[in-house]
Amino acid sequence: MLLGKSAGGLYWMFRYLERAEHMSRMVGAAWRLSLTRSSDMSSEWKSIIASAGLTQDFEERFQTYEFETVVNYILRMRDSDASIMCCITNARNNARLVRTSLSTEVWEAVNDGYLRLKAELSRPVTLKNLQRILTEIRQSATLVRGAFFGSMLRNDIYDFARIGTFVERADNTARLLDVKYFVLLPSVSYVGSRLDNAQWEVILRSLSAYRAYGWVNEGNPTAAGIARFLILDSRLPRSLKFCYKQMLSHLSLIEEQYEAHRESHGMAARIYSDLKASDVEHIFEHGLHEFLTEFISDTAALSRQIETDYRFGL
Amino acid sequence: MAEMPSSFFDEMFAGEDSARGPYANYHSWFSQEDVRALLKTSEQAEALFRRVGITFNVYGEAEADERLIPFDIVPRIISAGEWARLEQGIEQRVRALNAFLYDVYHRQEILRSGRVPVELIQNNEAFLPEMMGMNPPGGVYTHIVGIDLVRTGPDEFFVLEDNARTPSGVSYMLENRETMLKMFPELFSELNVRPVSSYPAMLRRSLAASAPENSPNRTPVIAVMTPGIHNSAYFEHAFLADGMGCELVESFDLRVEEGRLAMRTTQGYVPIDVIYRRVDDEYIDPMVFNPESMLGVPGIFDVYRAGNLTLANAPGTGIADDKALYSYMPDIVRFYTGEEPILQNVPTYRCSEPDSLSYVIEHLSELVVKEVHGSGGYGMLVGPAASKKELKDFEAKLKASPAKYIAQPTLALSTVPILTRAGLAPRHVDLRPFVLVSPGGIEVTPGGLTRVAMKKGSLVVNSSQGGGTKDTWVLGA
Repeated sequence: MLLGKSAGGLYWMFRYLERAEHMSRMVGAAWRLSLTRSSDMSSEWKSIIASAGLTQDFEERFQTYEFETVVNYILRMRDSDASIMCCITNARNNARLVRTSLSTEVWEAVNDGYLRLKAELSRPVTLKNLQRILTEIRQSATLVRGAFFGSMLRNDIYDFARIGTFVERADNTARLLDVKYFVLLPSVSYVGSRLDNAQWEVILRSLSAYRAYGWVNEGNPTAAGIARFLILDSRLPRSLKFCYKQMLSHLSLIEEQYEAHRESHGMAARIYSDLKASDVEHIFEHGLHEFLTEFISDTAALSRQIETDYRFGL
Repeated sequence: MAEMPSSFFDEMFAGEDSARGPYANYHSWFSQEDVRALLKTSEQAEALFRRVGITFNVYGEAEADERLIPFDIVPRIISAGEWARLEQGIEQRVRALNAFLYDVYHRQEILRSGRVPVELIQNNEAFLPEMMGMNPPGGVYTHIVGIDLVRTGPDEFFVLEDNARTPSGVSYMLENRETMLKMFPELFSELNVRPVSSYPAMLRRSLAASAPENSPNRTPVIAVMTPGIHNSAYFEHAFLADGMGCELVESFDLRVEEGRLAMRTTQGYVPIDVIYRRVDDEYIDPMVFNPESMLGVPGIFDVYRAGNLTLANAPGTGIADDKALYSYMPDIVRFYTGEEPILQNVPTYRCSEPDSLSYVIEHLSELVVKEVHGSGGYGMLVGPAASKKELKDFEAKLKASPAKYIAQPTLALSTVPILTRAGLAPRHVDLRPFVLVSPGGIEVTPGGLTRVAMKKGSLVVNSSQGGGTKDTWVLGA
């Protein structure tokens, strides 16, 4: 037996954790780029803000996209719903809400991570301490995940948490790709710039996929190869297909446990089978941007349906 | 010992460096330890508490969310013999409390007999006329009770207060022990300390035994009801639900369906048999009590009256722990048990009585004055510690509404040492043992929550007033 509220709390707790981790990866990748290149970084920072859906909020507060402004905004802005600190706080608040559904190990890992980051992020982030803080964020997330795998019962609680993780992850990967899609367009002349080595490297690094890409594609960075990898390769834990495969399997487990069919399962199954039937040529032909826009809106609709099906709210 | 014990009874030391019986083994262990190392361990304890999340919110302090209650690593130790007597006294008192509640909500024999004045019940906000004639499932009114005890000498224990509504603090009893086990495992292997960790399981059994008989569920479904995540005791609510393996619900999760209270689960509404509620009477049902309440469930009281739900504790139990009623407790114990009370009451002046009032005003600087309906140490006056102006202001309050107050002599509360930078130093303590009542009987967990005034000379142990806690060890026979 699981309260609807608790299912919702678990789902959002893991969405927020995933989001915090994803944002720290993006910042890390952009920061790396800024160290290795002398070029103007403002467009890179701009695209991070854009992929987090924060452009308007950011531009209302600041004039220019500079390192310290952007990094402090993303990591620790208090009154923004979307900063990493806010994500961690929201995750921890949800964990408190569902405290009885979590093992002590998971709760302590979340709470400990929150306390450490809160102390760390009470001071401005600088070029000097950024790397350490980003590492800390990822380590905290990793600890929670490890405690979760190692100590939780494999039941509906586990499934809702995993579904939250993969809905968020699919959304994050799709948004990042959408902001950067011009980098991957096959016809480079079409957008008037050359396939930029650093650009695709940032994308891959943001998704912890840089080395992996090298391994599976003999290090040959082509637009089609990267798009195929990030969208359709079911070996990559951040690809859209992998996320849907996981979501679908956890939705199926819940259906099995509850012995009842729900609409959200059908929705996820349709999206997954579309992904399975797709190839990258087809996606490019119909427009990568159009494909991603539709995917993001389908995923949002699925999320709403899950909330309704399992009574997260009244 | 860094500070010498004063004239107060110190539970550890009989004289300089001579420990009393129950503390003998602990003291010889302590003498081998390095104070600086112990202070370091003490800091680690704090980190442990933060990590586990045992924090509380202070009312009226917006930004100071999630504070820790100070924890002292020197245990409070009670011998097997001392405990046996306390346990008997507590059992007797709790038996009387439940008999009193049944009587007050049925034939009111005790009022007819004139042992307790009728006005005290009739004009009391804690008395719920809605409970008249109602039989709680299993006949239990107070499933969970906390009896606050103080000590003034080797054999002198007094009941300071009965907590028959929603006594809190049991999570500290349990977590203090967990922390001590982690920090000083060697002590537990040498001393015969009775465990407390079965409390959540006992609570579950006890609540299940009080479930209504006509439940549609195969086994009783229990839930802990909390006012929500912002409540000062939210941690404890979650802790107990987790310990019992039951759901933690708030009003938003509940509604009345087909004559039963039900909770919204991922698979639809599931009926609940027993609610361990940490929501006050007044807020539990907006249709019957406070209509503004957002914390309750409309219609829950009807379900209760129909016998389809157990509320723990029952509504209206507050009449038994009302401070105005407290002074009648010795008579109440005699009336229902036919026995002499084993545990003493603190002598109490009822300010509603003119003679008492003039005595209290005359001796204000020696007395502790409490609000009849207050709790948590708010709104009380500690005469010996008050300034002239405070005394004067309080006198005016007393004269304006005397019935709102009772007064007690300032007790020479016993001390137990705490660890300070300079070593051991005596501080005043009280003790709240936790008692479970089920149709099958009364169980007292060996131990309880020892609250300690961290400030030198202070007699106020409430956490809201800067008090701390200690682990409480009851030794095995």
